[in-house]
Amino acid sequence: MISIKAPTPLPVHIHPMLSQTEIERIDAEAVNAAGRRQPLYAPRKKIFPKRASGQFRRFKWLIMAITLGIYYLTPWLRWDRGPYAPDQAVLVDLANRRFYFFFIEIWPQEFFYVAGLLVMAGIGLFLITSTVGRAWCGYTCPQTVWVDLFLVVERAVEGDRNARIKLDGASWSMGKLAKRFSKHLIWVVIAAATGGAWVFYFADAPTLLVDIFTGRAAPVAYMTIAVLTATTYLFGGLMREQVCIYMCPWPRIQAAMLDENSLTVTYNDWRGEPRSRHAKKMAAAGESVGDCVDCNACVAVCPMGIDIRDGQQLECITCALCIDACDSVMDKTGRERGLISYATLSDYNANMALATAGGTDVIRPARVRDAGGALSGRIAQFHWRKIFRPRTLVYFCAWSLAGLVMLYALLTRDRLEVNVLHDRNPQFVLLSDGAVRNGYTVKLLNMIPEPRVIFLSLEGLPGATMQGVGIDQPEGRSLAVPVDPDRLREVRIFVRLPMERVTGVNERFSFVVEDKASFERDVYQATFNTPEGAR
Amino acid sequence: MSEKNIDEITGVSTTGHEWDGIKELDNPMPRWWLWTFYATIAWALAYTIAYPAWPMISSATKGVLGYSSRQELATELSVVAASQAELRAAIAEKPVEEILADETLRRFATAAGAAAFKVNCSQCHGSGAQGSAGYPNLNDDDWLWGGDIETIRRTIAHGVRFAGDDETHFSEMPAFGEILSPLEVRQVAAHVASLTGTPSDAALAEAGARVYADNCASCHGAEGKGDIAFGAPNLADAIWFYGSSEAEIAAQVRTPRHGVMPAWQARLGDATVKQLSVYVHSLGGGE
Repeated sequence: MISIKAPTPLPVHIHPMLSQTEIERIDAEAVNAAGRRQPLYAPRKKIFPKRASGQFRRFKWLIMAITLGIYYLTPWLRWDRGPYAPDQAVLVDLANRRFYFFFIEIWPQEFFYVAGLLVMAGIGLFLITSTVGRAWCGYTCPQTVWVDLFLVVERAVEGDRNARIKLDGASWSMGKLAKRFSKHLIWVVIAAATGGAWVFYFADAPTLLVDIFTGRAAPVAYMTIAVLTATTYLFGGLMREQVCIYMCPWPRIQAAMLDENSLTVTYNDWRGEPRSRHAKKMAAAGESVGDCVDCNACVAVCPMGIDIRDGQQLECITCALCIDACDSVMDKTGRERGLISYATLSDYNANMALATAGGTDVIRPARVRDAGGALSGRIAQFHWRKIFRPRTLVYFCAWSLAGLVMLYALLTRDRLEVNVLHDRNPQFVLLSDGAVRNGYTVKLLNMIPEPRVIFLSLEGLPGATMQGVGIDQPEGRSLAVPVDPDRLREVRIFVRLPMERVTGVNERFSFVVEDKASFERDVYQATFNTPEGAR
Repeated sequence: MSEKNIDEITGVSTTGHEWDGIKELDNPMPRWWLWTFYATIAWALAYTIAYPAWPMISSATKGVLGYSSRQELATELSVVAASQAELRAAIAEKPVEEILADETLRRFATAAGAAAFKVNCSQCHGSGAQGSAGYPNLNDDDWLWGGDIETIRRTIAHGVRFAGDDETHFSEMPAFGEILSPLEVRQVAAHVASLTGTPSDAALAEAGARVYADNCASCHGAEGKGDIAFGAPNLADAIWFYGSSEAEIAAQVRTPRHGVMPAWQARLGDATVKQLSVYVHSLGGGE
């Protein structure tokens, strides 16, 4: 803020003529007068989250361990697929256009499975949000997990909230420099490990690890690591809550996902207000006091730097650390836990109505307590049955349906396929003996990591025979084509229809592929063109 | 403007714009956004210095990194050429029969031949090598000069009736309009038509058999099977070069047309001619 000191009046020598004149004061103000100025750009307000402890903090440690564990360890899991396929359990093989996930192998044309997973993730997010609010934001979002991890480092190096505030305000010294430097160094190391782990999903992890350190890895690997290191350091270390507030669309969308029966982190002002720092004194004086002792513990632990007592807000990621902070204070003051709790809007409204006598009065804590001082039995509590509402059931059914459709598609999918391209130019060839020949490019897909012999045969078009270019087998109605493991083989096939069978009408027939060992079969409907006006 | 628009709830001033009672807050931008904006400006300036950017009168600034998309293309092409050098050398060196027998060389030659065909041959033979009246269809199994790989190569290399090449295929059917009477021409046309179908007049065709034996059999064979040594077309098959009606046959007997194909050896070089031969052989009629 700009403060302007009123200038000391200087001794003024007023012209005798002017002093006689009455001067009218005009009611005008500069458009950019000090009081009207608003900054164009606001600097970030520093946040120093205090360490919390309690059940939600323990739960978050657990989630962090699981999610980071999955992220860092998955590429190192092995899965035996035989000699013709990689043994990495999860591998996105971009060079060969294959995606391996344990026992599942996906070819590019089967990418709809991944799209299906994204559909499931989307609906799943709706389901979770309508039930327990922004649980994704508070517990599992990578931004939250990495910020949490970076805060652990910050706390270990610089100390907890008060020490960090003090350090931040202190002038630069060797000590401050050392602390800041080691904090950022550890952050960069974590960021590099994060970016480094990502590339292992795209190549054989043990080989790539050696290649990275010996400088033999592909430039794209180093670039990916560099970019992800930079973004992790920037988002997790420097930008933190700004990513959630300014960059992420989800806080804007979530309002449409929540309803009055969704659990959100709520400050129960119906029992907290009127808040007072001198509760005992006030109570002794006969004044009505709520449970909130205005200690600001909930504000101090908040990684977003907000005050949950202002109500539900866009910035709240529902990490529930304020619940832990408040619960420990309630334990000290001898009050029931849950002044800040997971509550639904409908329960909150019912309790608010109770505390304010239906909205006719200010909050009086006495109304929510019985004669003995315990919380009244009339207080609405969350019951797990409220999870089952039409909305959540619709989400769950849609989610399950997407999952079942994918599962069905996965269990019944073909591992042997045939695709055929009919020659268009020329559409047919008249041969010297009057027979007509059509050319086809037949693509045989052997989608298992084993070599096999695929039998290609004609179905329909009686009298027709075929021959494969580069396949040394006599002309006939079937060919045995060896195909490499996990590969597509393209063969040129000439189908020949003798003169006496040529009708002048384009005929339908089928290419059939079979694996005689596994009884897998696929059929491609094709057309045989003949010259118009032929016999 | 004189009035200060302050939103009561947030305490932030508004832009003064109002839609259905909703006012737009005039929140300040976060400062990092400003840094990002400056960074993009810096990036843009650095980019225009590093890369070709500023238009001049006849060209543009080159950029200190010396990047050029033409140069990049040339580099990529040279990398491809280097990776194919071995295959190209093998094709240049080996006889065409061996290329055909080698799976890798055959595939490469077929693909390269297909490209060369589109550039050099499709103008006459069609983009699918399907030919047209007077230009042979290369997909079928009927060959004027022979359909084995070496003969195809020779035909492409030296052409047909091409004046500038000593080894070119050469033959010329006499203009029988000056030798035979108009009736004899009609008779022989009816006979030729009878070899593969029903002539318009059986008596005419029968009379034509004698005329054929006297004048045509020496090149086209007693049964009309043709002779690749003279490039004499097979008259007893389903494929017709200049049309199959008796009138079209008679026209060809009276004043034959003779196609010319250039010799490609000198123009395209030995390797490309081999690749073209493999491609043409692969179309389905190769022997």
